Parts: sequence; C-alpha cells; structure tokens
Amino acid sequence: MIPTPFTYKRAGSAAEALELVAEYGDDAKFLAGGHSLLPLMKLRLAAPEVIIDLSGLRDLSYVTDQGTYVAVGALTRHHDVEHSDVLARDVPLLAHAAGQVGDPQIRHRGTIGGSIAHADPASDLPAVLLALDATLVAQGSGGTREIPIGEFFQGLFETSLEPDELLTEIRVPKPASAGAWSFQKFSQRAIDWAIVGCAVQGGNVALVNMGGTPLRAAGVEAALADGAAPSDAAAHAAEGTSAADDIRATRAYREHLARVLVSRALTEASSRA
Amino acid sequence: MSILGTRVIRTEDPRLLTAGAVYVDDLRVPELDGAARVTFVRSPVAHARITGIDASAALSEPGVVAVLTVQDMTDLAPPPPDSGEPVGGEGPAPLGGPWSEPLLAADTVRFVGEPVAVVITDGRYQGEDAADLVTVDYDPLPAVVGPEAALTSESLLFPAAGSNIPLTSPVSADDAPFDACEVVVEQAIVNQRLACMPLEGRATAATFENGKLTVWHSSQNAQLCRLILCGALGMAPDQIRVIVPDVGGGFGAKVGIDRDGLVVAWAARKTGRALRWNETRSENLVGMTQGRAQLHHIKIGGNRDGKILAYRIDVIQDSGAYSRMGGFLPMLTCLMAPGVYDIPAVQAGYRVVVTNATPISAYRGAGRPEAAATIERAVDLFAAEIGMDPAEVRRRNFVAPDKFPFQTKTGALYDSGQYEEALDKVLAGAGYQELRKEQERRRASGDVRQLGIGISSYVEITAADGAAGETAKLEVADDGTATVYTGSSPHGQGHHTAWAMLVQEELGIPMDKVTVVHGDTDLIPVGVGTYASRSLQLGGSAVHKAAVEVKDEARRQAADILEAAEADVVLDTISGLWQVRGDPEASLTWAQVAGHTSGGLVADVSFAADLPTFPFGAHVSVVEVDTETGKVTLLRHVTVDDAGPVLNPVLAEGQRHGGIAQGAAQALLEEVLYDADGNPLTSTLADYAAITAAELPSYELLASETPTTVNPLGVKGIGEAGTIGSTPAIQNAVIDAVAHLGIRHIDMPTTPQRVWTAINEAQKAGNQ
Repeated sequence: MIPTPFTYKRAGSAAEALELVAEYGDDAKFLAGGHSLLPLMKLRLAAPEVIIDLSGLRDLSYVTDQGTYVAVGALTRHHDVEHSDVLARDVPLLAHAAGQVGDPQIRHRGTIGGSIAHADPASDLPAVLLALDATLVAQGSGGTREIPIGEFFQGLFETSLEPDELLTEIRVPKPASAGAWSFQKFSQRAIDWAIVGCAVQGGNVALVNMGGTPLRAAGVEAALADGAAPSDAAAHAAEGTSAADDIRATRAYREHLARVLVSRALTEASSRA
Repeated sequence: MSILGTRVIRTEDPRLLTAGAVYVDDLRVPELDGAARVTFVRSPVAHARITGIDASAALSEPGVVAVLTVQDMTDLAPPPPDSGEPVGGEGPAPLGGPWSEPLLAADTVRFVGEPVAVVITDGRYQGEDAADLVTVDYDPLPAVVGPEAALTSESLLFPAAGSNIPLTSPVSADDAPFDACEVVVEQAIVNQRLACMPLEGRATAATFENGKLTVWHSSQNAQLCRLILCGALGMAPDQIRVIVPDVGGGFGAKVGIDRDGLVVAWAARKTGRALRWNETRSENLVGMTQGRAQLHHIKIGGNRDGKILAYRIDVIQDSGAYSRMGGFLPMLTCLMAPGVYDIPAVQAGYRVVVTNATPISAYRGAGRPEAAATIERAVDLFAAEIGMDPAEVRRRNFVAPDKFPFQTKTGALYDSGQYEEALDKVLAGAGYQELRKEQERRRASGDVRQLGIGISSYVEITAADGAAGETAKLEVADDGTATVYTGSSPHGQGHHTAWAMLVQEELGIPMDKVTVVHGDTDLIPVGVGTYASRSLQLGGSAVHKAAVEVKDEARRQAADILEAAEADVVLDTISGLWQVRGDPEASLTWAQVAGHTSGGLVADVSFAADLPTFPFGAHVSVVEVDTETGKVTLLRHVTVDDAGPVLNPVLAEGQRHGGIAQGAAQALLEEVLYDADGNPLTSTLADYAAITAAELPSYELLASETPTTVNPLGVKGIGEAGTIGSTPAIQNAVIDAVAHLGIRHIDMPTTPQRVWTAINEAQKAGNQ
C-alpha cells in the first residue's frame, strides 16, 4: 500500500465529518471500511488529498426495526447486516446478500453505506437495495434529505450525493412477502465480484453488473406483472442493459447469464414465497 | 523403531506461523540500518524505443538519493559479443549476442514492466512518488503479442537477430507412422501463460563495504545467486556473500537472482549505500518471470483396438521478451512427451519465440506439466475418437512393468514404474464404475449439472541434474548437539524437519538437538539449491551420507575411549548412546564422544546421483459442469503419487496438496492475459484469478511407494507431482462432462465463459 501523499483526518461525529468536508471540498474523500477506496489509492488510481476517516462514527452502525421499514446505519459492517435478527426476519434478502460480499475479512471491514456510495455496478448490495426499493438518507450542510434509491445511482461510481453530503442511513421497507426473495451471484471464484448477479424480491428484479449502474430489469418486471411464467419473463432480462466486455465475460455471455440467473431467481423466490 | 515414515509435525511452523519468520523485508540487521529504498521505473508500454529519460524533477524531490539508468552502468562489462555461430538446439541460457538482455533497458523496451531506471530514496513512499516524476519518452513500436504473431516476424524484437525465433529443434515431418493408423486425431492445445505467485514477491537488500558485497535475496539457491552476481558484476566469489533468509515460496521463479535483484546489488556497489527492495504485488505480476506459455500442435494415431502407434508434438515456446531459459523448457517437454506410454513412433520438436511479454522461466514442473497435459489430452481425444473408455486405452498402452529400465523414443531412461497398478488403485479409490453410472444417469435425465470424470496417468523426471549433486556438512559438538549445513534451500518444503529426522534416524541424536543452517555462502560456499524436486533425493541423501561418515568416525572414537574393538561398538539410535556389545554398563553419550576429538565430529560431503528419477502416478478428478452457465465445480480429486518411500507423510502430503491446487488453478482459472497492444490485463489479484481454498475440495490421497536405486534413501521427487498429475485430470474431467454434447476439446483455463461458449457452439453445430 503505497498511495500518493494525503492528509488524514478522523471525524468523531457526523457533524464533524460534514465540517471537514465543507472545509476541504472536492479534495476530500470519506473513508469507511476502505475496501473500495484503499485498493484504488494503492494502485494510485485515486489520489485524494484529504481522507476523512468515518470509523469513529460508531453511532452510525445499527439495524433497527422502525415498524414499516428497517433502518440500517450507513457504517454498519456487512458482517453485522448478515447477522441481524431484524433483517433475517423482515428482509432476509439483504441479510443473505451481505453474507455474499467478498470474503470474511472484507465483510468485517466493509460497510453498507460505503458500498452504496462507491456505486460500483459490480457490487452486490446496490442492486439488492434497488430490488428492495430502499430509501437513502443523506446529511449535508443544507440539512437532511431522503433519496429514493432509483434516483441515487447516476453512472459508473457516480451518485446523486452532493460533494458535501454524507450518506447516513438506509431505510429498507419491509416487503409484503419477505420470503419471496432470491439472490443469485455468478462469479468465477468465491471472492470475486459478480460477473452477473440478480436480486429478486417479490416482483422486483434487479441486476448486478449489467451496465454502468445497478439496474432494475424492467422488461422482466413488466412481463411478470402481465402474468408471465418465470422462465418466460426471464427471457427479457437483458433488455435495456449495457453490460461490459471484459476479461471475465463478453457482453453476450453476460446477457445470457442474466437470463439464466433471473429465471433461477424467480423460480427460487416463488418456491420460497 | 524408525522415525522415518512417521508423521512428525513441521518444526518450522511455530516460527513461520507467528512473528518469528524473517523474510528479506523483515531483516533488522545492523548492516541495513538506514538503508535506502530502491524503486524501479518500469516500462508502461510493451515495445518502444526510448528517446529520452529526464530525471530532473525526481532528483529535486526530498529524500531522493539518486536516479540511475543504463548510462550509469559504466562499471559493468558490455554484453558478450555475437559469436556469429548459428543459434540452435538447446542453446545457451540466457542467450547472448543480438538476443542479450540488459540489466536496465538501453535503447528499447520489450515488455510492460521492464526495468528502465531505479530511483533511490531515503524512504519507500518517497520512492514511489519520485518514480512517478521520472519522465521517459517512448517511441512506440508494433507489439508482438502471442507466439503465433512472433512466427510471422512482421515486427522484430531484436532486429539484429533477423527473426523472433532464437532456437529451433524441428519436429519430424514424416507422416509414415500415421499413414499406417486406422484413426488419426489432430488438435491445437494451449498451455497458457501463468503467474508463479509466491506469497512473498521478489526482495533484495544489499550493502557494499570494504570491497565486499553482501546481498540478502529471496531465492531458491544462495550459491547460484553468488555465481550469477560474480558474472554480472565482474567480482570474485570471495568478494560476495549471499544470504537467503526465510523465503515465502519460489515455484521456480526464484532460482538464482534475476535482473531486478542484480540491479539492486549493482546500485549498492555504485552508490555505496545500503539498499532495500521489496516488490509490490502489481510489480510482481509483470516483473517476476512467468511460466508455461506453450502452444502445441499434436497428432496422435492408432488402431481401433486401442493401441496407439504414433504421436507427434510440435511445441512453440513463448519465451516472453528475453529467452532466459533458452530451449530448456520445451526440451524437457519434448523429452517427456510420450509420458507413460509405449508408443512405437514419437516425434517431438520445438521452436522458441520472443514476444513482447514478461519473460518465461521455470514454474512448478518446468516443461513437464506441459508434456503431461498434452499427452493426457491426446490419449483422451484418441479414446473419444474410437469410442473406448479412456482408462482402458491407457491400460493398452502403458509401458509394461517388465520393461524397466525403459528407454523412451524421446531419449529418457525411466528407472521404474507401475503405471497400471497406479491407475487401478486410483480408479478403485475414486469408485470409477459408480461415477460412470452416475454420469450416465445425469446424461439420460438431461440434468443441468453434468458430471465429468477425468483421468491422468503421468511420469515425470526429477533431479534431472542429479549429477550436479548437493552438499551437506554435519557437525556434532561436544555438547551432543548436531548442526547440518545444507546446500539445499528450503522455501516452504520442510527441510529443517526432514534433515533433522535423517540425523536422528542415523545417529540417535534427537531432532530437537539438531539445527539446520542454509542459505549463507560464507557458511556454505558450495551448494546447488532447491528446484526440480531434487531436495530430498540429493540434499537428503547428502545429509544421510554425512551422518554415516560421522557415525563411522564416532565409532572409531568410541572404540578408543571404551578400549573395545570397533566391531563391538554399537550405537543405540533410540537412546543415542554408544555401547559395547555384551556390556550394558559401558556406554558413551554423543557429547562424550565428540569431546574426545580435537576438532569435533565433522563430515563435509556431497552426494551426486548418476541418473534422474521418474516418479509416477495417476489422478482421477470429478467435476460438475453447470451446462446453462458453463461453471465448473471441482467435486473430488483422488491421487496416487508414487515418489518412493515417504520420509514424512506430513511433508509429502503438503507437497501433493499444494501441487494439486496449482495444477487445478491452471486447469480451471488462472491465465496471464495481454491486450492487442501487449498491455497486461491481469496485473492485480482482482484480475488474475489465483485459486483459493473456496474453489478446492479436500483431496483423497492414496499411498504407493516404489523405491528407486539411484540414491540410498530410495526416494524420488514429490514437489511437482501434484501439479503435473492434476492439471490434465481436471481438464479431461471438464471436457468429459460435456463430451456427450459433441465437445471434444476445451482449452485451459476452463473458465465459465469458455465452457459455455463450447456448449453453445456445439448446440449450434448440432442444430444445423
């Protein structure tokens, strides 16, 4: 780990983190679990001048039952999401998917908020929260606002967060039929990012790594709404996607995988429901 | 009872698994106090002419001691001139003349990662920052990517050489043996480029004081390092001390010392500063030599009764930008081409080509895995063509047990082998017939998850340079402890445990009183090192020989003290006491015997073997292939690996486990890739798919021990067997799983995309 020189600041509270980011502006980057940012800094692909370490914000690590939704603090580590009793009961899709991120070391360091704010379309949790119709809570100099997750991902590693905003909470509405879920992650090795992934909750279908952002499989959802059988609906999985060609998979192979995984996910979700 | 053959746990592990290990970068010796850091400026382009280097911005940074380029190497002899002789045959290694490799790039860079300059700084972070500020102007040249592009010679890496083919040993074009066959199958087979991936990358530290160069280097052989340093730096052996501390894996890529390490040593002499270098993983993935990188065109012919009559293999060895190994690797591939089979006609030849890629060198097996992978694929292709069970085809072609020693058509002399017995044992252990029934059931039901069963039978050559031998010095001190100085060079194998067991076995001195010293040319000036699965059979035999000599001398001394006839003095290896036959009262400890001598009990020996050994075995691999996605899951891996008597099952199993994992990695996952411009696409561990425990099952290891006569321990090498046997078994299993869909070959690595593509194309062909 030999990054370019940077200034390290440790925030003790969300308010302090916001003050620091107001002070340093675009030169600053928030550091949560470090499992996305630090590898980029190590390769010198990212060279922030100021790191604002959020690990002191212990009060942003929680999972609480809020009646109609479950509130997850942005700095809750994947391991804690995976093992939350509240989520196991009310949103098992999220608990399960958190257990599929990276490897045990990563799950003990990486955070749900970091994963969302990094906005890597190959990450698992952005698509999962998209399927769950989550709402994101951001704090900034102008106060607190709620962002529907459908409006959050703007492009590859781009979100609708303002530079001086901090993602503080993820609100996950309790699905009507919590059991009707499936998460299909297709990777070469257990520790890899998904080549393609699929999250299903009820009639919501979201795709991992099929474009510059996590995507809802609108064609599949429409077909399901029209009463199509899972295998027929899955045929629409690649519609509207723009998957990349890379060393692991061609676009055509990803599109094929999307159809296979969506079909399997829908079948599994309906068998669980 | 004998300690040999028992499960002694590794004495190295408490230290290696806690904070006790000392790798080069951990060294806190006074000589390296205040050492400066070396950072390499590496070529970011695959092939280009260097038109200028400007270090002025870097030199003005804080902490920068020096920036050195080839222009500063005025103290080194120029590369040897071109002899004018045609290059051919096995050739010299490394190649000289127009093919010479500089230490730092002179006017041309030939691979991404090639060292162009070094930045020397007080601190490591300063080094990375300053290296970014060294401006190198490159005038790009067309990149030669892949062996087939090299053959066209459209772009030349070494224009003065006139081609990209430094070495050839042409394969016969005689088709007569094939014309007589009922069935002939041809196939192009890729044995892909792999990263060697030791956990510890390359690391070197060096000081130059009072005319003496001391080099700490992560290596498989300190003495060879010194020899190479002497040649490169024009120094005498007594001016150089090489120390090899703990080494975190080598796999062939740490034999001797490579270009980067030599530059560090040279820079220490040049600047007079103590220097340290420890590469990053990204550096390792472009700078450390890589392995395999062969393309084979094969032809196999025989009759429908299963008898193979003719085999041809034409090898193209991609050597990368510089042919560091000459023709050595493809020569070994050709030598071992027919594997375990008695084939009447075998034709093998090779061409070595240069390409704009990281240089290729030895990697666990070094030429032999390539031979085994391809003959085992070829036999399966032949079996599929005639519709016979691949196990049965193997049985009908094995070298029969009564034919040993067996001279192959390619010139190898196999010492011993029980190939059919090994195959039968592994098939029984795997439950082969039941597996075939389960496969049939899944095929009949059209199961999405199809079962594949792969077989390989292999023979390999170990300690091919047995005549070079190995050294051991054994001292028993007057406190009764023993010290072994070994020329062998552990980097994970467990030499300390094994050598201490050999001493205890022979002398009755308990293992915990035996110290093993390795890797210091001041203490062990002569030694050969650890590679080619040679350590136990050569280094171990040397320890054994030294122990026998020490015992003989001790017997003379004991007889003298006890005033008994030598013939009546016996050593009880359980109690470690010297006794007089028939007089239990008269006994001496090792301390007493050693104390009786003037200079202690010492034996300084070397052991050489007249012949190499040929371990053999058979593997069965069971995989599941998801036919909708192409994903392969390795379910079981069952092996017989016969390397003669097992000194310590814990060590031998460790070698087999690691070998199988690396072999599986080649079959399933790993491949170094370049884009069309020669840019590496796998220079981080996110991209290079190194195998992990999650992808591997627990192995099923079966025992088989056929001793050799070429060394006193009867042992053969085990270090590379797992890699050689597992790769073809797994590749064959993957293809077997989808063979009923009309697929006859899938190149390695059998990634999901590649398997799915094969299935997809077979379905399209079937629909036409």
